[in-house]
Amino acid sequence: MAKSNKPVIWGTFAAGGELVSLVTPVLIVLTLLAATGHLPDMLGYQQLHAYAAHWFGKLVIFGVLFLSLWSQAHRLRITFYDFGVRADTLVAIVVYAIAALASVATVVYLARI
Amino acid sequence: MGEKMSRRPYVREVSRTAWFFKRPRYMRYMAREVTCIFIGIYTMILLVGLARLSQGQAEYEGFLAALRQPASIVFHLLALAFALYNSFTWFNVAPKALPIQVGDQHWPDSVVAGGHYVVWVALSLFILFWAGVF
Amino acid sequence: MSENRTGARQVELEVLRYNPETDQEPKFQRYSVPCKNEWCILDALNYLKDHLDPTLAFRWSCHMQVCGSCGMMINGEPKLACKAMVRDYSGVIRVEPLAHFPVERDLVSVADDFMAKLKRVKPYLIPGEKRTLADGEYKQTPAQLERYRKYAMCINCMLCYAACPEYGLTPKFIGPAAISLAHRYNQDSRDGGRDERQEEIATSEGVWECTFVGACSDVCPKHVDPASALQQVKVASTVDWYLEHFMSWVKK
Repeated sequence: MAKSNKPVIWGTFAAGGELVSLVTPVLIVLTLLAATGHLPDMLGYQQLHAYAAHWFGKLVIFGVLFLSLWSQAHRLRITFYDFGVRADTLVAIVVYAIAALASVATVVYLARI
Repeated sequence: MGEKMSRRPYVREVSRTAWFFKRPRYMRYMAREVTCIFIGIYTMILLVGLARLSQGQAEYEGFLAALRQPASIVFHLLALAFALYNSFTWFNVAPKALPIQVGDQHWPDSVVAGGHYVVWVALSLFILFWAGVF
Repeated sequence: MSENRTGARQVELEVLRYNPETDQEPKFQRYSVPCKNEWCILDALNYLKDHLDPTLAFRWSCHMQVCGSCGMMINGEPKLACKAMVRDYSGVIRVEPLAHFPVERDLVSVADDFMAKLKRVKPYLIPGEKRTLADGEYKQTPAQLERYRKYAMCINCMLCYAACPEYGLTPKFIGPAAISLAHRYNQDSRDGGRDERQEEIATSEGVWECTFVGACSDVCPKHVDPASALQQVKVASTVDWYLEHFMSWVKK
């Protein structure tokens, strides 16, 4: 019985899940503040652009988006399975493709800043 | 002697789509799992924000304006609730994946879980401070 | 539900009956059993069999939560019949064979699938180095014991399989107990058989079928915490994978 290649995706899921559990709530609070008219300083165009222009800012933004995308995509795949959708391979291809495209888009946008 | 008894094991079917309604324990698991839908959508919102940031000030201000729509605020509140449920369920089971043995005793689960909560609060406060919220 | 002077009460049991030779499908049968306050469900079943209906079939042995024979669904929860106390239940108590296994007859489930999986994971010490009698006994410190002690408590009762929804959906899943026992031996300082076991449990029908529902640990009567064993196997398998694919010169 061949050993699975699942570890690659699970490792990313575990790391991403750890990150998401620690930072996603506060990120939502930041954009919620922006949404209710109390824009945090760092979310202003000048400040955020300057942060993203720096290599460290790019690293952080990429890390957060990449890990969030892949961990949630993996969980979504499992959620489909638990809801009775048997076509696991098809679902996997679709969710991971979306995560991959979004990851590439992240890199492209970061490169333009 | 006696005849050979015929076996006919009966297989009880499990519903593929409704199994989780059977026990509250399973419902809580599914609630945890569907948090990924909200967090996933939120991540996409962040990606759109990044795109607008890269396109210029006017585009980015447009993104902020879209954030201020009522639908966005409702989504944020839902997403926050689901993200918190995800965080708490994650912290509470983290000790199972990361057992820490010192000498001949394991750290109690409450210590590892508690450590996660402490880091979460500290990190959140730091990020809020960094963002200029206070 | 009246209690009389001797501390007994009449308890209604709704028991699943299935006779493969005469029945097309299972049905429930109701019994009224006079129970003492200190009885467990197994005591009620034994009274039932001795006095009310000798045709009821069920497994049991030790009556003290060490043999793992009497696992069954009691009001929809997987429990050992010798551990579930009658006094903790009110109303009609529904008794069924363990979920996710075929029903052989009445409350007896077909355990073959679990037995086969147990065998596959090689749940015994596979010495790493050759030892002779002259080498003497293995020495193990309390710290080394602590690494696997919890997982050695498994009594193979299969309650975890009845609780695990992924096993219910995907019967080829090797399952909580088998993988926990593999982990128990992997963690044992005397053992050298990890690679062989990984071939079975680091597969898609092994640990990767687990989605960490955690119901297995909830129902385990011996506090084995199989969910923790499975997550640790995932972590170890992930580290293995990276070492194998990128750093094959590093000994695992």
